[in-house]
Amino acid sequence: MKAGRYGVYGGQYVPETLMSALIELEETYERVREDPEFSRRLSWYLHEYAGRETPLTYCSNLSRDLGCRVYLKREDLLHGGAHKLNNTLGQALMAKFMGKRRLIAETGAGQHGVATAIAGAALGLPVEVYMGEVDTRRQALNAFRMELLGARVVPVASGTRTLKDAINAAMRDWVANLGETHYLLGSCVGPHPFPRIVRDFQSVIGEEARRQVLEREGRLPDTIVACVGGGSNAIGIFYPFVNDDVALVGVEAGGEGLESGRHGASLSRGSVGVFQGALSYLLQDGDGQALETHSVAAGLDHPSVGPEHAMLKDSGRVRYEAVTDAEALAAFRCLSRTEGIIPALESAHAVAYALRAADDLDRDGILVVNLSGRGDKDVADVASLHGGTA
Amino acid sequence: MSRIDDLFARKNPVFIGFTVAGDPGIEASLRVATTMIDAGVDLLEIAIPYSDPVADGPVIERAHVRALGAGTTPDDAFALVREVRGHAPALPLVLFTYYNIIHRRGADRFFAEAAAAGADGVLIVDLPSEESGEVAPYAARHGIDRILLIAPTTSPERQHAILREASGFVYLISLEGVTGERDRLPPNLTGLVGAVREKTDLPLAVGFGVSRPEHVAAVAAAGANGVIVGSALVRLIEEHSSDETAMHEALATAITALRRGLVPDPEPDIPRRARIE
Ligand SMILES: Cc1ncc(COP(=O)(O)O)c(C=O)c1O
Repeated sequence: MKAGRYGVYGGQYVPETLMSALIELEETYERVREDPEFSRRLSWYLHEYAGRETPLTYCSNLSRDLGCRVYLKREDLLHGGAHKLNNTLGQALMAKFMGKRRLIAETGAGQHGVATAIAGAALGLPVEVYMGEVDTRRQALNAFRMELLGARVVPVASGTRTLKDAINAAMRDWVANLGETHYLLGSCVGPHPFPRIVRDFQSVIGEEARRQVLEREGRLPDTIVACVGGGSNAIGIFYPFVNDDVALVGVEAGGEGLESGRHGASLSRGSVGVFQGALSYLLQDGDGQALETHSVAAGLDHPSVGPEHAMLKDSGRVRYEAVTDAEALAAFRCLSRTEGIIPALESAHAVAYALRAADDLDRDGILVVNLSGRGDKDVADVASLHGGTA
Repeated sequence: MSRIDDLFARKNPVFIGFTVAGDPGIEASLRVATTMIDAGVDLLEIAIPYSDPVADGPVIERAHVRALGAGTTPDDAFALVREVRGHAPALPLVLFTYYNIIHRRGADRFFAEAAAAGADGVLIVDLPSEESGEVAPYAARHGIDRILLIAPTTSPERQHAILREASGFVYLISLEGVTGERDRLPPNLTGLVGAVREKTDLPLAVGFGVSRPEHVAAVAAAGANGVIVGSALVRLIEEHSSDETAMHEALATAITALRRGLVPDPEPDIPRRARIE
């Protein structure tokens, strides 16, 4: 396999001006991976600042209801409320090692923007976050939270005014400010080396989960489920298990149903294409134009997916399923009531699939769901969808 | 001799204009192209509109949006090339595109259609030399020049790798950033042109940010063989979207003024149509 490729997928499909920055990033990454000082500092931030390790919670109520042993990997308890901080602390620290003086990021749900703002504040780097205008409205709480954390939120009014346009805007900023700026990409998408860097920083989720489940159960789980937007929380929990006999399931945004055309299921319904720097699966029309997507979860509302997932789909190692808005909303309420845990709407997609998949497991079967984030950011949205009644 | 080689052999420096196919509408865009050519564009770059033009600044991005909004497809862009070719048989035409348009069609089919329509070169703005093996054989098979880009951030080693593959001319990006008008060009243009000039005999054209007659003069003085103007012309289409006559006047006036920044033509000032036909 060529460097930067996952099977045929991945690569570096970017304007020439960016190539020097990608080469610098790759060289820095190779260097810091071997640097004990970098590992020591990242480890300090992850444990003492962000609150790792996160629990692997046995859900007795849900297990009783579903008839198998259900665990949640609690990334919702990570500082900031989502898995995103694993990656932003790692990359922000890298930016420091590269001598960069400014961070930029894109955000959809706002979670990655918040996590970048947190990392920037902690490490003393100014942060600017590009956010589609539509998302600044539907995730107003997170937009305010970023500003509170000292970041500047830049609304993006071009294109579909959502996540993909925020990424375009961040790439345009980066290409004009390469010397001083690090583009802190929030998922395992984009040109090499981003998919690899993000996967490696997120793999702490799966490494911990593996150790925790072995301690608790003395064996590996039967099935691991995670939601897939760009794919970073999913690859983070899957990666340490890819060579094991464990079923891995990625859950995409089914929106209003795969037949409706209003969804974000790039692996289930997309075709192979180049988008934002990488070859992967893409929701596109016959000419290669990216299609508009839809999901109740802003963090899954994106036409493409990380290239490693494209490879894992083709090889059959990971199964990709879709869950509709309605199923995700039902799971959002279900987990809140049965376990007292309000999941992010993104993570609720994984929960919804677990509710379905439990039928295939017997009483001793072990199911691990990656709870990528907490749902506080979504409560207002869900309240208005439900006409104010919980 | 290809039309591109022939142009650069005849003229130095040349004036290169840029337009997005389908901007401001599918038929109107043919009229824009002919106005640009009649006003003195020596080589025309025609962009295929794309949903996510990350290398472009706001002015050209909005042109992509207008063209897509008008329903422009890659087929329409090829049709435009064919019609422009009929209007100006000797004028070099370069298709400017993002890579997914090619990937989706298949490179063999794309380059075959580009050649059949009468294009001379293809510039793929998001396909660096690391990935260009995917299209190189097809461009060669169909006799299309691949116009490659060199940025101020391109290392000398990568410049060599790019120049080994380039044909037609080399597109030097003047600055770090996306397309769009700038008040002034970076001061080190002469250095960039000179550094690449040492490594190749291909003509060098400078683009990104060039938007005023004094910029054109600076690019020419830096030793470039061509000057590329995009956003400054595309902006006129947007500004005059409600009055097509004014749009064409503004384009012709701007091109005349920008061309004055070039050193005087070595040839006598014979009527343009007579010269290209
Ligand atoms: C809580 C949460 N989970 C999942 C995602 C989707 O991203 P990824 O697929 O990269 O994990 C997001 C994105 O914003 C998120 O906020």
